[in-house]
Amino acid sequence: MKFPNGKMAGFAAVTLACSLALAGCGAGNGGGSGDEGSSSKKTAVTFIPKNLGNPYFDTSDKGGEKAVKEYGGTYSQVGPQEGSPDAQVQYIDTEAQKHTSAIVLSANDPKALCDSIGNAQKAGTKVVTFDADTSPDCRDIFVNQATADGIAKVEVDMIADQIGDSGEVAILSASANATNQNAWIDLMKKDLAANHPKIKLVDVVYGNDDDQTSFDKTAALLQKHPNLKGIISPTTVGIAAAARYLSTSNKKGKVAITGLGTPNQMRKYVEDGTVKEFALWNPEDLGYLAAYTAKALVDGDISGKEGDKYKAGKLGEFTVGSDATVLLGDPFKFNKDNIGKFNF
Amino acid sequence: MSTDLETTTPRSYASYTRPVWWRLLLSREAAVVAALVAVILWAIYFVPFFGNQLTMTFLLLDVAPIMLIALPMTLVIVTGEIDLSVASVVGLSSVLLGSLVDHGWAVPAAMLVALLAGLLCGLINGFLVAYVGLPSLAVTIGTLALFRGIAVGLLGTKAVTDFPQRWTSLAKAEIGGTGFPVIVVPFLVLALFFALLLQYSAFGRGVYDIGLNAEAAQFAGVSVARTKLVLFVMTSLVSAFAGIYFTLRFSSSRGDNATGLELQVIAAVLLGGVSIFGGRGKLPGVIAGVLLIGVLSSALRLQGTTVNVINIIIGVLLIASVMSTSVLAWFSDLTARRHNRGRNQSGPTTLAPAGVGNPKEVDR
Repeated sequence: MKFPNGKMAGFAAVTLACSLALAGCGAGNGGGSGDEGSSSKKTAVTFIPKNLGNPYFDTSDKGGEKAVKEYGGTYSQVGPQEGSPDAQVQYIDTEAQKHTSAIVLSANDPKALCDSIGNAQKAGTKVVTFDADTSPDCRDIFVNQATADGIAKVEVDMIADQIGDSGEVAILSASANATNQNAWIDLMKKDLAANHPKIKLVDVVYGNDDDQTSFDKTAALLQKHPNLKGIISPTTVGIAAAARYLSTSNKKGKVAITGLGTPNQMRKYVEDGTVKEFALWNPEDLGYLAAYTAKALVDGDISGKEGDKYKAGKLGEFTVGSDATVLLGDPFKFNKDNIGKFNF
Repeated sequence: MSTDLETTTPRSYASYTRPVWWRLLLSREAAVVAALVAVILWAIYFVPFFGNQLTMTFLLLDVAPIMLIALPMTLVIVTGEIDLSVASVVGLSSVLLGSLVDHGWAVPAAMLVALLAGLLCGLINGFLVAYVGLPSLAVTIGTLALFRGIAVGLLGTKAVTDFPQRWTSLAKAEIGGTGFPVIVVPFLVLALFFALLLQYSAFGRGVYDIGLNAEAAQFAGVSVARTKLVLFVMTSLVSAFAGIYFTLRFSSSRGDNATGLELQVIAAVLLGGVSIFGGRGKLPGVIAGVLLIGVLSSALRLQGTTVNVINIIIGVLLIASVMSTSVLAWFSDLTARRHNRGRNQSGPTTLAPAGVGNPKEVDR
């Protein structure tokens, strides 16, 4: 591997050309929005979902974008590809560097992000968490989609209803460290033990919010537990993957599947009878509310104290509850009769 | 494989006729450094907020694990081997630190255990590659899964996020008000150590010899097996240290920490001008390569570019950089053949990419 030194210049030229080409296109994008001063006038809100390319966050962030446009702020969405806390830190840090007015964040870990959030707050950025919270002491406000009790109860009620209140069930969750899902699973276990003694929870498996992994885990569940009567998947990726597996297997119609899903992902399976009923809040409303909450914080209308009231566009008035939490509302059940009315 | 002394190319001093600065300027490392400087200048002028001190601090904190592991990885790749298990060692060391602290251990004691685990991982890799003679690509793909499996198995679904404040703030602390995080100190010490080792010690020259021709190196008195064992041990040890830093920096010990980091490390090493075929590469180029990737992604993030686009750009850059070597080699081969048609049989035929190895290499 030896070549005349003169040729090296060629490589140098190529590399330089590459970086200059990058510089060129970069200047087009970033050159305009330069000054630090101009950013303070408009409310700049950045959404940081758990990971990109997740239809749930695409929908919620679309709601956020709608709200930000309504009040004339600047919206952007950044985030990691994988749902891990260390990857999110970089994006929070970046917003601290830019002195963004507010971050709307779905946290991949309740504690690991706190230092980074603290940096952003020091830089003057308001931090709203939505969907998945951090410890209450590190963010400004949490916009809660539904109470954990409400979610756990609706899921248990649906599965009990669908399998006749007795038999083996299993849970297909997101990642093993997912804050939300773990809290719900704990509550579901308690609810099952207290109110549904004939239902036996035989397994909890983790599909990591990855379509293929969730699909494979569903297959494994059905093989391992031949008497399984129902699967609860408290995550949109999981329930869709499980329904996709079930719809083509011979257990279709024999094993009930329910949980949290989005109408667009689940429409096919509700219509072909694989899935009877599932629940969710409206993620678009959640993003919308989070964006208005960010605005209210930035404007100083609210500080996160219990009892603070503010208006959130078309959703009306909201009141901050304990632990600086705002509640969107009750979960909503989707089935054959109403799914046609929703598009998200 | 008998090599006829007559036909081996005599050592050419042609490339030494030009002055030192000229040779340095035209080296592949200089091209990477130039690209780095160009990207930094572009970012300072065109990317809002890039010039802030905070940006540099975060950038160095972010690239530190990659930078640390890239140092010994360079030496491993120069010998023509590869270590794919580094990210799993980071994960394992992170989990050990986390679960021991969770069980009430003092942080320094837990750190020591994490480092010892790193040492053990390195011994396993090194023994299988150097003394059993297995290709490092296969061995370290195996240990990648093995160490990651142990890490995830140890901590299960839990994540340890409670670490003493003193240690987590140390991982993020700045030296005075300079904006340089404390982690640059161990990095500089290690960089100096590895640079001196590679350039100025008999051991380091042996590393290059092995990469160029392991058999010849053996005959020249280089202990091929021992060198490789030492390199794999050092790589895992530094990875374990990076794992400790990673854990404290993010206050998070999880089984899946740093998944995929090995590819970022190897990408940076290759971008820095190290040949995947072994025998060629220098540390300054590698450090510039790590920083180039770090600066590019930091600047693009500040511009709001999504992660996919950033990955595409870095991927293209890497392919361009690796391809440039092959294209240039092809060109020089073509011109050489045109100049002296048929005089020389084509050069080395035993080139195998890193880690695929040649079992004969370990015959002793």
